[in-house]
Formats: sequence, C-alpha cells, structure tokens
Amino acid sequence: MSETEIAAHGHGAVMEESPYAIPSRKLTMWMFLISDAITFGACLFSYGYIRVSTANWVRPFESGSVINVIAMTVILITSSLTMLGAVDAAKASDKAKTMRFMYSTMVLGTLFAALHLREWFLLFERGITLSSGLFGQAFFVITGLHLLHVISGVIALLVVEMWYSSGRLTPGHDESTGLYWHFVDLVWMFVVPLVYLTNIAH
Amino acid sequence: MSAASSSGNVIRKYLPVYFVLLAIFFLEVFLSFQHFATGTLVVILLLLAISSASLGLMYFMHLAEERRALFLTLIPVTIFVLLMMNMFWSDSVRLLHMRPGAQ
Repeated sequence: MSETEIAAHGHGAVMEESPYAIPSRKLTMWMFLISDAITFGACLFSYGYIRVSTANWVRPFESGSVINVIAMTVILITSSLTMLGAVDAAKASDKAKTMRFMYSTMVLGTLFAALHLREWFLLFERGITLSSGLFGQAFFVITGLHLLHVISGVIALLVVEMWYSSGRLTPGHDESTGLYWHFVDLVWMFVVPLVYLTNIAH
Repeated sequence: MSAASSSGNVIRKYLPVYFVLLAIFFLEVFLSFQHFATGTLVVILLLLAISSASLGLMYFMHLAEERRALFLTLIPVTIFVLLMMNMFWSDSVRLLHMRPGAQ
C-alpha cells in the first residue's frame, strides 16, 4: 500500500471494500435510526402494556381529533413522497428542483407540527396534561418525542438545503437527511394506531 | 434520463406505495370504529402498522435496493431487541398493581 493511496483514501478504504457498498455517512445514519427505533419501540411497548392492563382508560379522541389525525397522517406520508423527489433531483444535480421539493417537504413538516400542537392545546383545554394521569403521561411523552423529531427534521432539512445549494454539501447528505425524514414518517405509522386509534371515544 | 424529468419519474414510481400506505391507514381508521376488544384491536392495528412500516422501509428508504447484507445486519437485530423488550415490559406491568411478587 503506497503512501499516496493511504493519503487519498485512508487505511480502511485501501485495505477492504465496504461490505454494504454504501458511504459511511449513510451507514451511520442507519445505525442512528436503528437506535432511535429501539427508543420508540421501548416507549410504545410500555404504553401498549399499560394501555391493555389498565381498566377505565381515558378515551378522549372524538371525530374532530380523528379528522385532525387523518390530515396529519396524509400530510406526513405526502412529505415522504416529496422527500423522495428531492433526493432524486439532488442525485440528478437539479438544484432548482431539489430546492422546490425540499421546501415542499419543510412546509408539510411545519403544517404537521402545527396540527400536532393544535391537538395538544385542545387536550389541555379539556384538562388532559402531562401530569393528569397515565394517559396524559403516555400520550405527551410519545407524541412529544415524535414532534421533537419532526421539528428537528425540518431544521435539518433547512440547514442541509442551504448548504447543499451553496455547494458545501453533496447529494449524499440530502439522501441521509431523507432517510431520517422517512424514519419519522415510519414511526408515525405506529404512533397513530396505538396512541390515537385505540383511544377513540365510542 | 434527463435531470429535469428524473424526480417526476421517481414520484410516479413510488406513487403506488404511497396509495397503499394511505389505504392501510384508512383501513386502520375504519377498524378503530368497530367494536373490537382492546387487545384484539391493538394486535390488528399493530399488524397493519408493521405492514406499512415494512413498505416504507423497503421502498421509501430504499432498503430493498441495498445489498442484502445491510438488511440482514440491521433488521433481524432490531426485531430481536424489540422482542426482548416483550420479556421485561410484561413483568413491569405488575408494578402498576403494586404486587411486585405476584405470579
């Protein structure tokens, strides 16, 4: 192995090929997402057990809340589609289209967060808070953790988009951020049925 | 493929997945208004959520297009850890009833 090769690629790259054939940045993002999935998994498992084993569980969601959660879900799944468009446009080096799709994703993410907060404030008005019992604790911790991820995602998209358009980042960075955004969508697919749909007032 | 048409194509390519995800979600909403026992409803909704998540993982996150080694490294381990949580969470529920030694 020559000094020039080591200087250009580092030791690992010269000695062996990556077993996954993906950049280390993307692999790191996958590792982060797996650990995050386990965090959400722990929250949802604990919620599930408490929910099933507790009699007289609060069922606060009426038709208005269901319509709100339908809108939130459609918005978040649609934002995954626009994110796919952004990553693909970035790979094709179409900066204008990348920006349009990224901004669309950010707008949808912001709209989702606004609807999420609206739902929270409606529950506050009805006296359901973080300290009002098991339902309040479980609901606000799980949805709060998810909302934190959405807000972080919107900020990350904004930063990546600005740096990508100024040439500081590559399409690979857009792709890693996209993975994170799809993951946020994926977690929501578990939060909605377990936290909202099992608590509809009949 | 030209740069201008590329992202339009990718959206068309994944549009069926998008509609299937929406369909599964609306099925979940419909089922939640039926009068199932809580445990049954949780299991049904969880199975549908796993189906949605698998689609998102394989297509939106492109895991289906990556090397199989990546899938085999990430997914079985995650499922194993999540299943292991099943072992201790069920035990912790007893604490809710303040009967730590109960069978």
